[in-house]
Amino acid sequence: MSKTDWPLYEVFIRARSGLSHRHFGSIHAADETMALDHARDLYTRRNEGVSIWVVKSTEIVASDPADSDSLFEPAADKIYRHPTFYKIPDDVENI
Amino acid sequence: MYTQGLDQKQKKSAADPADTPGRLAAFQARIDADEKIEPKDWMPSGYRKTLIRQMSQHAHSEIVGMLPEGNWITRAPTLRRKAILLAKVQDEAGHGLYIYGATETLGVSRDNLVADLLSGKAKYSSIFNYPTISWADIGTIGWLVDGAAIMNQIPLCRCSYGPYARAMVRVCKEESFHQRQGYEIMLELCRGTDEQKRMAQGALDRWWWPSLMMFGPSDKTSEHSAQSMAWKIKRISNDELRQKFVDVTVPQAEYLGLKMPDEDLVFDQKTGHYRFGEIDWEEFWEVLKGNGKCNRERLEARNSAHDKGRWVREAASAYAEKQAARDAA
Amino acid sequence: MTKEQALITYATRMGDNAIVMAQRLSEWVGHGPELEEEMAMANFALDYVGQARMFFSYAGELDGNGRNEDEICFLRDGWDYGNVLLLEQPNGDFGETIARLVLFETFYSLQLEALASSPARKLAEIAACAIRESTYHIRHASHWLIRLGDGTDESHRRVQHAIDRLWTYTGELFEADQVDRIMQAEWEGPDLTALREQWHRQIDALLSKATLQKPADGWMDSGGKQGHHSEHLGYILAEMQSLQRTYPGANW
Repeated sequence: MSKTDWPLYEVFIRARSGLSHRHFGSIHAADETMALDHARDLYTRRNEGVSIWVVKSTEIVASDPADSDSLFEPAADKIYRHPTFYKIPDDVENI
Repeated sequence: MYTQGLDQKQKKSAADPADTPGRLAAFQARIDADEKIEPKDWMPSGYRKTLIRQMSQHAHSEIVGMLPEGNWITRAPTLRRKAILLAKVQDEAGHGLYIYGATETLGVSRDNLVADLLSGKAKYSSIFNYPTISWADIGTIGWLVDGAAIMNQIPLCRCSYGPYARAMVRVCKEESFHQRQGYEIMLELCRGTDEQKRMAQGALDRWWWPSLMMFGPSDKTSEHSAQSMAWKIKRISNDELRQKFVDVTVPQAEYLGLKMPDEDLVFDQKTGHYRFGEIDWEEFWEVLKGNGKCNRERLEARNSAHDKGRWVREAASAYAEKQAARDAA
Repeated sequence: MTKEQALITYATRMGDNAIVMAQRLSEWVGHGPELEEEMAMANFALDYVGQARMFFSYAGELDGNGRNEDEICFLRDGWDYGNVLLLEQPNGDFGETIARLVLFETFYSLQLEALASSPARKLAEIAACAIRESTYHIRHASHWLIRLGDGTDESHRRVQHAIDRLWTYTGELFEADQVDRIMQAEWEGPDLTALREQWHRQIDALLSKATLQKPADGWMDSGGKQGHHSEHLGYILAEMQSLQRTYPGANW
C-alpha cells in the first residue's frame, strides 16, 4: 500500500427499518468516519437507506468457492428439513 | 456504456497454463446455463482480462465524461437546470465508482487502474474528447450520448459477471432520467427563439456522428466480439445496437424539427429500418489515437486533479495512521 | 426600512450566500483530490442550489413584483448581491475550500437555528430544512479540517495558511447592519453578538482538535452584505449569468 492508497471498505445499507442491512458495494476511504461519509454520498443519493455499516474489506472472512461442494452440497439431499416433504391429508387443518 | 468501440485493441497473449481444456469447458457450461460468475470463482485468464479492460474503460469513461458536462455547471441558464446538471454529473462520478468497485473484485486496485488512465495507457470513450461549446451540447449529450449509453448498458445488466451486472442494474436505474433531461433541454430550445434553434441544430450536427461511433467499429472489423459474445460479456453486436439507436432517434429529431446531418438517411420500407450514410472511421481512429479536439485537455485535467490532490490523500492516510497508533496505545 | 423590506433583503442575502457558495463548490467537479470528494463537493453544491432556489422564490413572493428565482439570481448585478465576502473568494487548494466551509457553515448553522423559530413562517421552514444539510456539511468538513491539520507537515502548513488568509473575512459574518437589526427585533432573527460567541467557542474547539492556531482578530474586511464586493464576484456573475444576459427573455 502506497502512502496515498486508501483502503477498501464494504458497504451495507438498511433500506428502511424492518429490513436487514444488505451489501451495496464498496468505497475507498482513509478512515472509518470518511468511509461512512463516502458510503452515504455514494450509495444514498436517492433515499436508499436509513442506516449504513462499513467494514474494511480485509476484515471479511469468505468461504472458498473450491470448498463449495463440501460446504453446501451436503444440505441438498436433506429434503426432510422442508415442510413439503411430509404428506398430511388435506382434511387435517391447522398444521 | 462507452466500451464497445475499444474492445478490438487487445493483443493475443500466450495461453495461461491454468486454462486447461477441462476447466474451460466447465466454465463455458456454466456460462451457457446462464449462471453468474462471482469474484472468487475460477475463470479463464482471458475472461478476467477482457472484463478488467472493458470495465475499467467503462469506469474511466464515466469519470472523464464528467468534464465536458461539468464545463457547463457554473453556466447553466436556470437554477433548475443547474441542479439537474449537478445531480447528473454527480451520478456519473457515482457510476464510475460503482464500476471501479466492481472491477476491483477481479483482483486489481483502483489506484492502478487510475494510473493507467492518467498515463494514457488505458482508453476511455472517444465521445468525451469532443468539446461542449454551447448549452445545446448539454441537451444533446443527454439525448444522444446517454441514449446510446443506455442502449449499450441495458444488455450489460445480463452480463455473465455478477458484480458488473449488478453495477449495471443500478446504473441503468439511475440513468433513466439522464436522457430525458437532455431531450427536455432540446425541446425547450426548439420551441424557443431562432438563436436557440440554431444552437440546437448546431449541437446535433456536431454530435450525431460521434454518437454513432460510440457503438464501436462495424461487426465486420471487430475481432473480439465473438469471444465476448460467447462469454456473455457482450450480448448484442455493435451494428445491431447502432441500427436500433438510429431507428429510435430519427423520429425524436423529427419531433424536435431538427435535421439529421446525413444526406443518405432514408427509411427503408422493406426492412422497417433507417439506412444511414457511411461513418467516417478515419475520424474515429484518429480520436482514439489521441488526435481529438479535447484529448489532451481531458487527460491534463485528470492528471492535474490527481497531482494537486496528492498532499490531501497523503494527509488523510497519515492522520489515519496516527489515529490507529493512538487507539493502540 | 419597513420590516417587510428587511425580510426581503435578508432572504435575498441568504440566497446570495447559497448560490455563490454553490458556484465555488461546483468548480471542484472533475478536479477534486479524490473521486469520492468530488461527489461530496457536488452534493454540497446541490444542497446550496436547492437552498438558493427556496430563498429566492421566497424573496420573490414577498416582494410581490412577480420576480421568480431565476430573475433574482441571473438578472441582478454585483452591487445588488448581498453575499458575504468570504464566499466569493477563490477556492484556493482543497484545504482552503475546507477551511472556508468550516468557517462559514459553523456560522450558517447557528444562523439557521435561530431562524427556524422565526415568526416569518416560510423562512423558518426553509431554515429548518437547510439545517439538516448544514449539519452534515459541518460534519464532513470538520473531519477534513482535523485530518489536514493533524495529517502531514505539508497539510498542516497549508490549512493553517488557509485559515489565516480567510480569517479577515470572518468579521463580516457578525457585523449587524440595519437589515440584521430589524430582523432581530421584528422577526426573531439571530442576535449576531451572541452568535459570535458561540461561533468562537465551536471554532476554538475544532481548531484545537485540528492542532491549528487561531489567528488574531486583526483588520476585518467587510461590505459584501451591502453590495461592496471584492473583484472576484464580478467573474462569478459574468459566468453564471452569461446565457440569461446574451439571450434576454429566452426560456431554457
